[in-house]
Amino acid sequence: MDLSFIFVQIISGLTVATFLFLVASGLTLIFGVVDVFNFAHGSFYMLGAYLGYQIISYWHVNFWAALFLASIWVGILGMAMEFFFLRRIYGRAEEGGFQILLTYSFILIIDDVVKMIWGTEYKTIERPAGFSGSIKIGSAILPSYYLVIIIIGLLLVVLSWLILNHTRPGKIARASAIDREMLGILGVNVPLTMTTVFGIATALGGMSGILAAPLRSVTPGAGIEVIIDSLIVVVLGGMGNFWGAWVGALIIGEVNSFAVAYVPKWASLFNYLS
Amino acid sequence: MSLKRLNNRIFLAGIVVLLFLLPFMKVSEYVVILMNEIIVWGLFALAFNLLFGVSGMLSFGQALFYGFGAYVTGLMVIHFGAFWFIPSILIGMTAVIAISILLGLITIRLSGVYFTMLTLAFAQLGWEIVFKWYSFTGGDDGIQGIYPPDFLGTPKAYYYFSLILVLLSVWIIRKFVNSPYGLTLRCLRQNPIRVSFLGRKVKNYQLGVYVVSAIFSSLAGSLMAGINGSIHPGMLNWTTSGEVILMSVLGGIGQFFGPFLGGGVIVLIEDIIGAYTEYWSFIIGIIMLLIVLLFPKGVLGEFSKLRRRLKI
Repeated sequence: MDLSFIFVQIISGLTVATFLFLVASGLTLIFGVVDVFNFAHGSFYMLGAYLGYQIISYWHVNFWAALFLASIWVGILGMAMEFFFLRRIYGRAEEGGFQILLTYSFILIIDDVVKMIWGTEYKTIERPAGFSGSIKIGSAILPSYYLVIIIIGLLLVVLSWLILNHTRPGKIARASAIDREMLGILGVNVPLTMTTVFGIATALGGMSGILAAPLRSVTPGAGIEVIIDSLIVVVLGGMGNFWGAWVGALIIGEVNSFAVAYVPKWASLFNYLS
Repeated sequence: MSLKRLNNRIFLAGIVVLLFLLPFMKVSEYVVILMNEIIVWGLFALAFNLLFGVSGMLSFGQALFYGFGAYVTGLMVIHFGAFWFIPSILIGMTAVIAISILLGLITIRLSGVYFTMLTLAFAQLGWEIVFKWYSFTGGDDGIQGIYPPDFLGTPKAYYYFSLILVLLSVWIIRKFVNSPYGLTLRCLRQNPIRVSFLGRKVKNYQLGVYVVSAIFSSLAGSLMAGINGSIHPGMLNWTTSGEVILMSVLGGIGQFFGPFLGGGVIVLIEDIIGAYTEYWSFIIGIIMLLIVLLFPKGVLGEFSKLRRRLKI
C-alpha cells in the first residue's frame, strides 16, 4: 500500500462527502428552519439527476446549463410540495408522525412517477466537456471531475456560510429556527420564508443528484439509498446543525471510501457502525 | 354493560364466526390463502399500532422483527425439517425479546423524529445483513420451500392454525391495551412529562411496549413464512415498515381494530389492483397522502365520529 493510493482514496471520499453534504445540508436546513423532517429529500436528489438527464439529452445544452436549470426546477417542485401539502399539516396534533408519513408518501409517488416517465433502465450523463480526463498529482492519477465536484462543494459551503451568517435573509432563516411567532410579529412573512428555505434546500439536493449522475448511474430508487446515508450524516452531525452536516458528511464519505477499497461487500455496513 | 357495548360484542363475535366458517363457504383455495394473509398482516399492523397509536412512538423499523421471525422459521425449517416449524415460531418470539430489549435500550433514549430514524437505521442494518449474507440467508433469492408439518399442509388447515394464533394474540393485545399498563401507555402518548410526574418510569413503559410489539411482529413474520412457503429480504426492508404504517393509519390509529381493518383493505387493494398495474407504490402513496391530509383519523375513526354524530 502506497501513499498515492491513500491520496486517491481520500479524494474520492471527499467527492462522496460533497454529494452527501449537498443532500444532508438541505435536510438539516429544512429541519432547523421549517421544523419538518423531509423524508422525501432523497427523491429530490433523484429527480435532479433525471431532470438533468432530460435537459441534456433532449435540449442538447451543456452540462453546466443543465445543472443550473435542473436545480431550479427541483427547487420549484420542492416549493410546490411545501406550499400545497406540507403547509396543511403544520400545527396538527402529533405533527411529527404525520410529517414523516406525508413525506414518505412523496417518496413512493415520486419513485413511481420517475418510473412512468423514464422507465427503469439505467440512465447516464456524460461528464462535462473538459473534465472527462484525469490529471496527475505526484504519482496519483485522479479523474479531474472529482476535483470539480470538491471545488463546487467547497464554494457552496463558503457561500452558504456567507448567506446564513452575513445577510439579512440568512438572519431571518436563523431567527425562524428559534422563534417563529416572534418573527411574524416583527413583520416577516414567515410562511414565505419557510417555502423559500424548502425550495433552496431541495434545489441543493437536486444539484447533488445531477453532479453525482456522471459517476453513478441514475436509477429509480436512488432516492431511498441517498436519504438513509444522509440521514446518518445528519444524525452524526446533529439535526439542524449546518456545520455538523459538513463534518458528518466528511466522516461518512471517507469511511465509505476506504471501506469500499478494503471490504467492498460490507462497505455499506460501516455507515451504520459509525 | 351498555347496549352499545353489547352491540359491539355481538358484531365482533359475528366476525369471528365468519372467519371460522370462511373455508366452508364455497370459496377457492386462493381466497383462503388471501384471507390468511389478511389476518396475519392485521396482526402485524395491530402490533405496530401498540407503538404508534397507543404509545405515540412512530417506529419505522418494525419490519426488522417481522423479518426476523420469518427468517428464524424459514432457516429452521430448511435446515432441521418441517417438525421445527411450530417450535421455531416460539423460538423466534423468545429470541426477539432479547433483540428488542437490546435495540430498545438504545432507541427509546430518543423521542420523536429521532426515534423514528434510529429504528429505521437499525432495520436497514438488519436488511443489509440478510441481503448480503448470501451463504446463510440466501441473499436476494430468499428462501423457498418452507413447508409446515403435514397436518398443516393444506391451505385450510394452515388457515385455522394461524386464525387461532391470531385471535389469541388479538385477545392478549386487547387485554394489554385495556390494562393499567396500557392506560399508562395511552397517557404517555398525550403527555410523557406528566406521566413521569405521577411517579411512573416513562422509559420502562416505552421499553415494555417496544418488546411486546416486537414479539407479535415476529409471530406475524413466522406465520407469513408458512403461507407462501417463501421468504425474501424485502420483508425486512423499509417498504414493509411503511406498508404496515399505512395499514394502521388507513384503518385508524386511534381505534383498536383500525389497523386490522386497514390491513385487510390494503391486502385486498393490492390483490385487485396489483393485477392491472405495476405502479403499486404510486397508489399506496396517493392513498397515504389523502389519508394524512383529509382523514387523519382513518376509516374506523371517521366511522365512529359519524356514529357519534348520528347517535347510533
